[in-house]
Amino acid sequence: MLRVNSARQAWWVGAAALALIGAAGSAQAADASAPDASAAEASAPAAQPGSVQAVMAMAAKVAQQQLADKKKKEEEERLKGFGADWESWTPDNSVADVASLQRGLRDFAGYCRGCHSLKYVRYSRLADDLQITPDQLQKYLLPAGVKPSDYVGSPMPSADAQTWFGKVPPDLSLIARSRGTDYLYRFLTTFYSDPSKPTGANNLQLASVAMPDVLSSQEGVKVAVFRTVDKEQVFDHFVQVAPGALSREEYLAEVRDLVNFLDYAGEPAQVLRRSLGIKVVLFLLAFTALTYLLKREYWKNIH
Amino acid sequence: MVIAVKPAGSGGPERKGESASQSKGLLGWLYKRLPVKEFIDTQLTGYYAPKNFNIWYFFGFIAIVVLVMQLLTGIFLTMFYKPGEATAFDSVEFIMREVDYGWLIRYLHSTGASAFFLVVYLHMYRAIMYGSYRAPRELLWLFGMFVYLALMAEAFMGYVLPWGNMSYWAANVIVNIFGTIPVIGPTLVEWIRGDYGIADSTLNRFFALHVVAVPLALLLLVVLHLVALRNTGSNNPDGIEIKKNLGSDGHPVDGIPFHPYYSVKDTFGISVFLVIFACVVFFAPTLGGLLLEHANFEPTNIFSTPDPITPSWYFTPYYAILRAVPDQRLGALLMALSLVCFILLPWLDRSPVKSIRYKGPLSRAFLALFTVSFLGLMYLGLQEPAGIYILLGRLCTGGYFAFFVLMPLYTRLERVKPVPDRVRFAAHA
Repeated sequence: MLRVNSARQAWWVGAAALALIGAAGSAQAADASAPDASAAEASAPAAQPGSVQAVMAMAAKVAQQQLADKKKKEEEERLKGFGADWESWTPDNSVADVASLQRGLRDFAGYCRGCHSLKYVRYSRLADDLQITPDQLQKYLLPAGVKPSDYVGSPMPSADAQTWFGKVPPDLSLIARSRGTDYLYRFLTTFYSDPSKPTGANNLQLASVAMPDVLSSQEGVKVAVFRTVDKEQVFDHFVQVAPGALSREEYLAEVRDLVNFLDYAGEPAQVLRRSLGIKVVLFLLAFTALTYLLKREYWKNIH
Repeated sequence: MVIAVKPAGSGGPERKGESASQSKGLLGWLYKRLPVKEFIDTQLTGYYAPKNFNIWYFFGFIAIVVLVMQLLTGIFLTMFYKPGEATAFDSVEFIMREVDYGWLIRYLHSTGASAFFLVVYLHMYRAIMYGSYRAPRELLWLFGMFVYLALMAEAFMGYVLPWGNMSYWAANVIVNIFGTIPVIGPTLVEWIRGDYGIADSTLNRFFALHVVAVPLALLLLVVLHLVALRNTGSNNPDGIEIKKNLGSDGHPVDGIPFHPYYSVKDTFGISVFLVIFACVVFFAPTLGGLLLEHANFEPTNIFSTPDPITPSWYFTPYYAILRAVPDQRLGALLMALSLVCFILLPWLDRSPVKSIRYKGPLSRAFLALFTVSFLGLMYLGLQEPAGIYILLGRLCTGGYFAFFVLMPLYTRLERVKPVPDRVRFAAHA
């Protein structure tokens, strides 16, 4: 379909097309962006010498349009309410994404570590696994007087925590293993304002939770709207009443990173486990093929 | 590739004819002092097994491999595990995080426990299908049953060792079953626990039993199981005694030497097993909470019960039978009887033929009923006993017992098919 004159040009066109496909893939409405992509493909051969610029311009235009659409959609969602489907929310995280784990660790240190420990996780292990240099570890992560080989503790005294929250904040080393990542994601995304609670906040995943809504500066404040079904109050939707520092999308990404980090902390060896597993299974498959041939060879004589 | 294989039947007597003293060098030195050659001649190259084994005959060998793996991984776990209320949970996490490849050793061991049961269940089902428990193999079957019972004790106590919340509560439920025994029950439970509740002393004695006493018993029973097998010889899918058809060389015409034929075949079997096993160990070690429960990643909490408390999947058929009746004591009795049924199997079966291939339609129907009931109970044991599940649990319990209790009747009443003189065997194409 594309007539190209040199290998170099072919490379550029290919890269631009890939970028376009990527943009189309990331767009929520895949079919809406499909005509754009085909239009770009059709126009490429027409403006041959300037095709690179043409495609680039088209890509920029598409990206701009998408951004505008996203903002509009967010605004609409904010007004009409959201969250009716919260029980199907899932973080879709990947512990192989080191950048995400680094952001998760940063936010854990910023928002969680004040109360929650990771008593089975050493700082030095975090540095090794998350590609953090000793200098960065010292500068950004280690509290005063804590050695890299120390476990991630919380400065909050248990007795005080008991007085303040009525409960000692649990250690989070294994929380992703005992509750699952979906649970954590839904927990961190369904806080809502509830003046009847001592902390002023409540949660859909864990009703009457003792933990305050510590991420509200990021997420903003939302209220829950309930409807009455058989004389019972049933959650219907959230309405955002005050904006936070982050957009809804950015906030969900932040929670996803946090959940990802906790998933990693629950089983730090899991990335190694999977990569080693592929090698082991491939070896065993080859071994199985050999043992099958060996068996067949021997059994030829049996009639 | 040319592999020289002696024709079947030439291995045993000729090699036995060579005097051990004729061997020279280090091997000769060894042979004079240990019956190595004799062992190989009689147990490996000179042991004749029926040539018509099918896929169901892989599991005995796989079970032995899994047993060895459990012993080896267990030794390494013991080097780092610290029994005790205050240390057990932490030491398991230490193994998972700080011991080099500790996670692998632990997952091999935890997955191995489930694999052991899966393989043993398939092995037992094979024996039930082909009548491998029938005379002259009653003792072979009994030793196998005792291996199974020892395995249950071993698995249960091993399950308690990580001291997670499910460990603790499952231990409570299971130990309390012994409390339903009339008169001595409460005292017995106290004696088992070594305390008024599941506690530090319970954990420590379970550790001692799990790593020393039960494995020793298990090994002894496995050896007896194998010795009994070598004496009677293996049964086969046709349920025919191959020893009744001897060739001119004195060996069964339908038999082939265990080594090399079944040693290479079992090597292939174990390779296939290891592929599946490795997939679980490396890609789904908890199997969605089935092999390692979510609640067991929380340390023991005597104030918080996991909801629901479920035993490991391999105990759930019996757990479902326990819950099938509203009375706890009756339930425990039924559960004990469900195991006794297995032990009595050689004397319940009155059919003139061994294999399901030649038994009549009644036997086939009851075996199907038993299969569905057992799998049904396995599933129901993992569910909340409410609504339709209660009724289904009772139906499956009925199906389970009907298979055993009615066996003397239906095996005698039905018409059986004629059994051929020689085993059925399809050679490689």
